[in-house]
Amino acid sequence: MEQILQVFFNAAILERAWPFLMRGVTMTALLSLVVVPIGLASGLAVAMLYHLHRKWLSRFLIAYVDFFRAFPPLVLLLFIYGGLPFLGIDLPLFATVTLAFLLNTSSYYGEIYRAGIESVGQGQWDAAHSTGLKGHQTLAYVVLPQAVRNVLPDLVSNTVEVVKLTSIASVVALPELLYTADMARSVTFNSSPIVLAAAIYLVMLWPVVRLISRLERRIAA
Amino acid sequence: MELQRLAFSFFNGDVASRYWLDIVYGMWVTTYLAAAIVATGLAVGLALAMARSFHFRPASFLIVVFADAFRALPPLVVIIVLFFAFPYVDLAMSAFSATWLALSLVLAAFAEEIFWAGILSVPKGQTEAARSTGMSRLQTLVYVILPQAVRLTIAPLTNRMIAITKGTALGSVVAVHEIIYYASSGASEAGNPTPLTLGAAAYVVLFLPVVMLSRWIETRFAWKR
Repeated sequence: MEQILQVFFNAAILERAWPFLMRGVTMTALLSLVVVPIGLASGLAVAMLYHLHRKWLSRFLIAYVDFFRAFPPLVLLLFIYGGLPFLGIDLPLFATVTLAFLLNTSSYYGEIYRAGIESVGQGQWDAAHSTGLKGHQTLAYVVLPQAVRNVLPDLVSNTVEVVKLTSIASVVALPELLYTADMARSVTFNSSPIVLAAAIYLVMLWPVVRLISRLERRIAA
Repeated sequence: MELQRLAFSFFNGDVASRYWLDIVYGMWVTTYLAAAIVATGLAVGLALAMARSFHFRPASFLIVVFADAFRALPPLVVIIVLFFAFPYVDLAMSAFSATWLALSLVLAAFAEEIFWAGILSVPKGQTEAARSTGMSRLQTLVYVILPQAVRLTIAPLTNRMIAITKGTALGSVVAVHEIIYYASSGASEAGNPTPLTLGAAAYVVLFLPVVMLSRWIETRFAWKR
């Protein structure tokens, strides 16, 4: 018992690691605040382009979405991180990570929006048209509000996935929460910093996970 | 010229011929790691959902805590805790086992929630009717409720299985010898990103058919809303 406390919940080490980990939390929050809105916006763009019903455009978008759904995000990140310099492109680390996330999240969010738009009945389109609304007005004022409400649990749940996914940025040494915690672990030879990092992720995301379960149940009912 | 440089960097035949065997071996490791995770995760998830359906409060509470925690924790964090933290208390496990265990726990948590939603979707009258014919609670669950519940879980489970088996790539962080491990060590050894291209192609070969299958499954077994 004593040993477990020493190794996993060592107060002295946690006190030393705390300021360092807080910088990691800030970076994780910053990264999330950048990649989530970009993902939401680009996903919406993907779904709206799909909804133009241009045959080749739709096929291309399906291929794009499937391709990035088949591709592990870590592989995408490592490929971009390792490959860009060979193209003579020198992006800052934060931008490299953001680019990988853009490709990955736009396809996931895009699929969700698409399912949402498809869940709104044709009658809604027809009715809106008959009142004189144009196509894009119908989409913006009539269809999207209902579509988003129908897939809200999926949007929230994917957002949790994206925030969790920011942890892979540690692999390319972006100093976010997991990276700082693992650094602290290897410097102190003690597991407490990673246990603390895990606890921080839990505190940040648990309420949202609970919310998702509630939302899903309400829609199922 | 520009195109030639691109081909030399990303599609270098010479480099590819040196590393393709490693990547193929990595594909084998990825495949059986993924298969082990799916088998364990689904079995544990189903068992937990079944246990929860007996409405024994303390057990249900623990199951919900487990499912919530492993849905909130990033899989990479779980892998790193298992691999790097437990050796300090003499519970060392191999990188492969740590990745397998971590991702199985994460899949089990999600699968439990999905199976549970499936079980809840079966109307109460089904249970009552089955119980009134003299079936035990376990028999009711196995022969009446689950066959109806499982159908609804197929689409969301498939998506979740794809997302989590793709996570086998995270094992490379603790040096599991799967695809991306060979691809990135090959790339840095050769000073050329061609092994990364091979690795990327390997993932597409393994996962694209599954993603396309899931698209078909989604239309076939769509959730009724």
